[in-house]
Amino acid sequence: MLKINNLHASVEDKAILRGINLEVKAGEVHAIMGPNGSGKSTLASVIAGKEEYEMTDGEILLENENINEMAPEERAHKGIFLSFQYPIEIPGVSVTNFMKTAINETRKAKGLPDMPANEMLKMIREKSEMLEIDRKFLSRSLNEGFSGGEKKRNEIFQMAMLEPKLAILDETDSGLDIDALRIVANGVNKLRSKDNAVIVITHYQRLLDHIVPDFVHVLFEGRIVKSGGKELAHELEEKGYDWIKEEVNA
Amino acid sequence: MTKYTEDDLREELKTKEYEYGFYTDIESDTFPIGLNEDVVRAISLKKEEPEWMTDWRLEAFRAWEEMIEPEWANVNYVKPDFQSISYYSAPNTKPKYDSLDEVDPELLETFKKLGISLDEQKALAGVAMDVVIDSVSVATTFKKTLNEKGIIFCSMSEAIKEHPELVRKHIGTVVPQKDNFYAALNSAVFSDGSFCYIPKGVRCPMELSTYFRINQANTGQFERTLVIADEGSYVSYLEGCTAPSRDENQLHAAVVELIAMDDAEIKYSTVQNWFPGNSEGKGGVFNFVTKRGLCEKNAKISWTQVETGSAITWKYPSCILKGDNSVGEFYSIAVTNNYQQADTGTKMIHLGKNTKSTIISKGISAGKSQNSYRGLVQISARAENARNFSQCDSLLMGNDCGAHTFPYIEVKNKSSIIEHEATTSKIGEDQIFYCNQRGIDTEKAIALIVNGFSKEVLNKLPMEFAVEAQKLLEISLEGSVG
Repeated sequence: MLKINNLHASVEDKAILRGINLEVKAGEVHAIMGPNGSGKSTLASVIAGKEEYEMTDGEILLENENINEMAPEERAHKGIFLSFQYPIEIPGVSVTNFMKTAINETRKAKGLPDMPANEMLKMIREKSEMLEIDRKFLSRSLNEGFSGGEKKRNEIFQMAMLEPKLAILDETDSGLDIDALRIVANGVNKLRSKDNAVIVITHYQRLLDHIVPDFVHVLFEGRIVKSGGKELAHELEEKGYDWIKEEVNA
Repeated sequence: MTKYTEDDLREELKTKEYEYGFYTDIESDTFPIGLNEDVVRAISLKKEEPEWMTDWRLEAFRAWEEMIEPEWANVNYVKPDFQSISYYSAPNTKPKYDSLDEVDPELLETFKKLGISLDEQKALAGVAMDVVIDSVSVATTFKKTLNEKGIIFCSMSEAIKEHPELVRKHIGTVVPQKDNFYAALNSAVFSDGSFCYIPKGVRCPMELSTYFRINQANTGQFERTLVIADEGSYVSYLEGCTAPSRDENQLHAAVVELIAMDDAEIKYSTVQNWFPGNSEGKGGVFNFVTKRGLCEKNAKISWTQVETGSAITWKYPSCILKGDNSVGEFYSIAVTNNYQQADTGTKMIHLGKNTKSTIISKGISAGKSQNSYRGLVQISARAENARNFSQCDSLLMGNDCGAHTFPYIEVKNKSSIIEHEATTSKIGEDQIFYCNQRGIDTEKAIALIVNGFSKEVLNKLPMEFAVEAQKLLEISLEGSVG
């Protein structure tokens, strides 16, 4: 699904990612953990194609296709989805309208006609029920005045609507109370299949109790310094990150 | 409507040239350039006007000669040389037609390019059109239906001939000849325009619509529109504009007068898409318009405008709330891109008791453009319990454009309540990246954000106009980011 080789990236000439290697296969869930400033969000943004980040070396392959030069919307059309840590507000644009535009733009890129309205409606109904989203919520302006929990739930709703191949959840647990966390995690779990993959970026273990990863990677100073199974997350929860730093610096 | 906006739009976004930049060669009857009393007389003669009309024009002309062009607006331009403009141009194909088959095929072709073919218009939504091409009406549809209700909807020239008593009684009562420099000029030389009268208690069954075009090189367009809604009547009037692209500046100085008698309501919607000049700021229409409505008791006037075109816009659709309990509304979207300059807003003059006004202004600036809102809310001493709410929002794209707000508030009655809200925001890279990440490209993302920003005003437009307006917003902002 996703293969990252020796990825280097910088922002304003400051090197942030310094040689990332990562392979994510279909059906897998990978967790990326690490202390603040280790490059977790940068990695998410670079995979999604944010222009402020300059890839200085390496390559990103999606289903064996090099996407280094692709615009963010093309990557989205190919099935990359990023659940933002800080979802942006767009006043006056309803969640429904936004989703309709996103879905139809993606279909257009694939040479498909617009999704018929009744089909769209059915899909909206199904996915909003799955995520326990009040229908009234869908007519509100995108993220405007949403609580932290609503914003994150809306991100997962969009993920459900767009049915990506690769979903990257960037700190989706931040700002969520325990109930919202459960709903969001359940949503993600329901969306998991053998054909898609999920990368969970998180600072804490608690989300991983709900979305159980197949692999856990520790990112430190722009490199993956340790990989393991889900038990690695527990170890980090107990011991913090200092021992990793010591290991690296030793 | 979704199909049209979503799909066709995308296609259109690909074209970078001004979409309606073509020129139709219709043989015209054009006056030599220059302006003096003889020209004014000649226009009047050409139009076979009665003497009172000729005198009225002359009176305006004499006043205009004494006036100087206003300079207070926040716009910079080289003033037009009023002696180098031709003041009359009429298509030779003058007689009116009963069916479209008789209309000059080239003209029909023009409409096709505009995407507003009469054929379609006739079939669609029941829109009757009084088409103004180069100042003389050449086609009027749906007239019969209107006739049955006693509604008069015709060109101004026809109204002067057929309904002189109505014209004579009302013309200049809301915008006097000497009101301002451009209104005086218009009064002297107006070539044609639209006239509309809704009888007492009649609700006009369809949207009345006029498409303006400036077609002939170097002929200033001086439209004169008069809408009279008699007691208890209702009318919704649409005015849409496109113009061919041209190198020289084109002058447009229109006057629109609305009269809403007791308990009447007028909705006046405009989509203005005149040539804004090219990306270097060359060419473009100068749009100096005086629009004003008078509300009698319990009457209501709503102005809704979507201004995307013109190099210079100077326009303040206003309401005189003379009657008690009358209501004035102004909903505006003004888009400026490249080197466009807009100074637009409204005046709400509260004279009667319990009068109410609402102002919602959305300014969108991109490129190197300057966009100003200028609005006056005036509460007279007699206007007990007057109420105003104003909201002015500006959206900026890029770092080289400007948004300005000039609110004027004059209150002479303590019982009034006035509110003014203003915001300024900028389309951010984060917003665009968010859309990109969801598969929406940058042009489409901007369109989405801009439409969201303008939603409150777009919602006020009649459905068929809202589609066109949305389309125009997107075309106007093409290539403004990245």
